[in-house]
Amino acid sequence: MAMHTIKVTVNGEEHQATVESRLLLVHLLRENLRLTGTHIGCDTTHCGACTILLDGQPVKSCTILAVQADGHQLTTVEGLEKDGKLHALQQGFWDKHGLQCGFCTPGMLMTSCALLERNKKPTELEIREAISGNLCRCTGYVNIVKAIQSAAEQQA
Amino acid sequence: MIPAAFAYHAPATLSEAVALMKEYGDSAKVLSGGQSLLPLLKLRLGQVGHLVDIGRIPGLEYIKEEGGMLRIGGRTREVALERSDLIRTRYPILLDTTVVIADPLVRNMATVGGNLAHGDPGNDHPATMLVLGAQVVAVGQKGERVIPIDKFFLGLFSTALKPDEIVTEIRIPVPAARTGGAYVKFERKVGDYATAAAAAYVTLSASGTVEQVGLALTNVGPAAVRATAAEKQLIGKKPDAAALGAAARTAAEATSPNADRRGETDYKKEMARVLATRALTKAIQRAEGV
Repeated sequence: MAMHTIKVTVNGEEHQATVESRLLLVHLLRENLRLTGTHIGCDTTHCGACTILLDGQPVKSCTILAVQADGHQLTTVEGLEKDGKLHALQQGFWDKHGLQCGFCTPGMLMTSCALLERNKKPTELEIREAISGNLCRCTGYVNIVKAIQSAAEQQA
Repeated sequence: MIPAAFAYHAPATLSEAVALMKEYGDSAKVLSGGQSLLPLLKLRLGQVGHLVDIGRIPGLEYIKEEGGMLRIGGRTREVALERSDLIRTRYPILLDTTVVIADPLVRNMATVGGNLAHGDPGNDHPATMLVLGAQVVAVGQKGERVIPIDKFFLGLFSTALKPDEIVTEIRIPVPAARTGGAYVKFERKVGDYATAAAAAYVTLSASGTVEQVGLALTNVGPAAVRATAAEKQLIGKKPDAAALGAAARTAAEATSPNADRRGETDYKKEMARVLATRALTKAIQRAEGV
């Protein structure tokens, strides 16, 4: 079996792991590193529940091999809270009730986090386009959009 | 879902990558953005012995005009096209195309070279590249080869690439004066493959007649369909609604869609006609600078 030793920095902390070639990044995060905030939804590159930031860009961690992430910087939902204080987006989702079952939420947070990094004041259309790769089956997206708008205002 | 086991290689240079592809032949696949390949492997629709990841090879991601050509590095991510001022201002047809590929998360990884090399008739770049008269630059053990896009797609998931060849660049002639292009896609939802889509690229003469035209359709045949009869029909004509409508009907006749969850064959042919009309109309508006 082909094994590879890789190093990744996750939420600012360096980790080393010896993994099979075929291990998916989402499994490295959830099973090897026990960071279970990143969810597995459809497992077929559709739903975006597994979205994380790879060098700051939101990507689907179920469709990247762990070995591809060797040497890269990753951010997961666990990296948003700082010193017990929720990230503006987490606060926004709390305040505006931007979730019901919560399954899509980690992915929604990571995608919108990257959006606000490059666009401090997105329009509703820009928000809807940005999260179009993240499926929510509960909310109808209305409160998710409001939550992201609220976070943008808080950060302004 | 877990792919079947494979050996993974991450060469640091193009020549190492080519050597690996040569060594492992048909059991090797190039891993570029991986957004089509990894789902195939996960669903076990495909299996590989060796994955050659070109992600660590420098110099494969760029968008520039040079020597009368737009040059796009083979591993250029879709998101780079979407955010490029050069693409937005000079090649709106490429912007039309990239923003309807899958979804924004996939486009952060997916690459232009991968979209072509995969040979999927549902992919969006092939039709656009056909009408743009693109060239695919591939590097293999025998050196570099330039493949005209008309000779690139051989059929379902089949291209002119040899087993050891890697797409390093896509070249597109810079647009002539009074040239416009458009890509129009009909999809059931964000992230879906096209029910049908059309790419049109038109150069008008000084008097406003059609001087050159490319028209191609997505996902209505075993590969992107170039509507050559419809193109011939338009040359020299004044591009009014009647002429575009007639050409679009001819284009739809050139398609051979399969019935699936996206619709019956007659419905898809009709969508091909409608979308061809829309793409031609938009391309002409852009050529006229409207």
